[in-house]
Amino acid sequence: MERGNYVLRKMTFAVITLVAIIVFNFILFRILPGDPVRLIIHSPRMTREAQERIRANFGLDKPVWFDAERLQEGDVLGAFDSQFTAYVRNLAHGDLGISFASRRDVAEVLAERVWRTVVLVLGGDLIAIILGMILGLVAAWRRGTKLDTAVLLGALFSWALPIFFLGIILLILARGHLPVGGMVAPGLKPEEGLAYWLDVGKHLILPTITMAIVYTSEYVLIMRSGVMEVLAEDYILTAKAKGLSTFRILRDHALKNAALPMVTMIALTFGYTIGGAIQVETVFSWPGIGRLMYEAVQKRDYPVLQGAFLLLAVSVIVANLLADLLYSVLDPRVKAE
Amino acid sequence: MNALKQFIRKPMGVVGAVMLLVVVVVAVCAPWLAPYDPQERVQVTPDDILAPPDAEHLLGRDDAGKDVLSQLIYGARVSLIVGFTASFMSMFIGTTVGLVAGYYGGRVGNTLMRLVDFLMVIPDLPLMLVIIAVMGRGLLNIILVIGLLGWTYTARLVRSQVLSIKERQFVLRAQAIGAGGGRIILRHILPQVLPLIIAQAVLDISVSILAESSLAFLGLGDPTLISWGMMLNFAFERAISRQAWWFLLPPGFAIVLISLALVLIGNTLDEIVNPRLRTHHLFDPRRMVALVTGTPPQSEAKVAAKAR
Repeated sequence: MERGNYVLRKMTFAVITLVAIIVFNFILFRILPGDPVRLIIHSPRMTREAQERIRANFGLDKPVWFDAERLQEGDVLGAFDSQFTAYVRNLAHGDLGISFASRRDVAEVLAERVWRTVVLVLGGDLIAIILGMILGLVAAWRRGTKLDTAVLLGALFSWALPIFFLGIILLILARGHLPVGGMVAPGLKPEEGLAYWLDVGKHLILPTITMAIVYTSEYVLIMRSGVMEVLAEDYILTAKAKGLSTFRILRDHALKNAALPMVTMIALTFGYTIGGAIQVETVFSWPGIGRLMYEAVQKRDYPVLQGAFLLLAVSVIVANLLADLLYSVLDPRVKAE
Repeated sequence: MNALKQFIRKPMGVVGAVMLLVVVVVAVCAPWLAPYDPQERVQVTPDDILAPPDAEHLLGRDDAGKDVLSQLIYGARVSLIVGFTASFMSMFIGTTVGLVAGYYGGRVGNTLMRLVDFLMVIPDLPLMLVIIAVMGRGLLNIILVIGLLGWTYTARLVRSQVLSIKERQFVLRAQAIGAGGGRIILRHILPQVLPLIIAQAVLDISVSILAESSLAFLGLGDPTLISWGMMLNFAFERAISRQAWWFLLPPGFAIVLISLALVLIGNTLDEIVNPRLRTHHLFDPRRMVALVTGTPPQSEAKVAAKAR
């Protein structure tokens, strides 16, 4: 019962967040300086009639939110025939508009690129989580020693390092040894099977390492302070008093209890990781969502920006919902909350 | 005063403070330190483009033939201005929200905390990216976006502290003699939380500086100013194939210097003022004994007395 409540509350929150993001996205790209139609129609010679037709196509002849007059007349359905409902209807159909720059369907472009970003983010994050948890645990256990100071300094240093700059440094160092840009050597086709995928893997090495280094530091710091808190708990004292070895205390008590909040932290960091992916993809010309956004910024390609942002926001919201649900399964105490 | 004494004894903090001081001095004295005016139009020959360092241009020249060192010196200003103003904004908002949500709780508190949850879930950089891309790349827009999005962690921190402080004796006594909510928050609760807020704000400055440099690197820096992120954007787009390390590396290391300085200071402050980090059973046998026998060691007793 209480568990059901918790799940319901988290899902409601996710839905509200989603709605807010959609509304925000709509408003943001409606206040664009200038007329949206003028951004699409590059030719000033286009006739008035043709312009009006495009306006109607985009629903720009309709009210933004709803028509107050028609609402008063009781025509509820007609009153809500607005730009906003058109936007939502298009979204529901997976229609994210047409790219200004490439004239392609935005949803199609995103679908083609999304897995590339997924691979990069998951790979980098996974390495970072494992390394970060181990280093953080050891540093907290050996708190105050040279080892702890070294780990802490290393983590603080790479935390202070802009991820794009780390990428640039690695790019300079690895040039000539590893591929430093793009997704695959020019000319190689997917039909070539293994050779193709091996080459893609090689192109992934540098971006993944860059992600891993920066986000390891993030998790080291979280894990270190989490374990330090756990080690101050009385049950650690009890475990020590009953003669458990340090290894078992760390594994069974410290790791387990400190790993729980990590689930939430990983999900929260996920939004931050995606920000890192944008920069890393830009540096290594990795053709994912991030590089797409960078190019869209240069070209003022608003439909692409809008669609990419929506996709990223939705994935982070879903990831956080999943983490919350997972947390309630792992930790029975949340029921009492 | 005591905190200052503790701070001076921590090498990490002192190193950070010295590094910060260097950058601040450079930023303030930029017009006197910079050998050239980086905004000035210069006549260049093709040889000047990306010319390597020499006696006249200690860090060489950029892709427009301008002096890199002078740009580097002026770039410190943008980083510091954005970092300090944006994080001051987020400190102010975060503290206010945290105090109100923690002390009053109820419907207002809940709504505020849902807003915090909401902002925490939205990916920061993509959000800043779309807002700046649409609203324009002016310095004010950049500061506002970073400041208005960066206060959530402070709000959570403050709220959780307020929740425990408001049950303490001195607050209950103040309530009993009829002190109002505003007075209790400002006179009794805020001073207790302030050290933690300041430690967090220092860390926030480095977060803001990194955010500004990321935006600038992605092509969304204020076009009328020179910032380290923008230098890196230019260097990356136009100089990397020429291996012009003198244009590429200095702005990057400058960002590392300032953000590392702030992280070192913030981390040291946090260690001093954060009460949660003081005890540790597994490693410090002296404290273990003290806990078992019930007599805290000298230093610990002092700290405990101070905390009360």
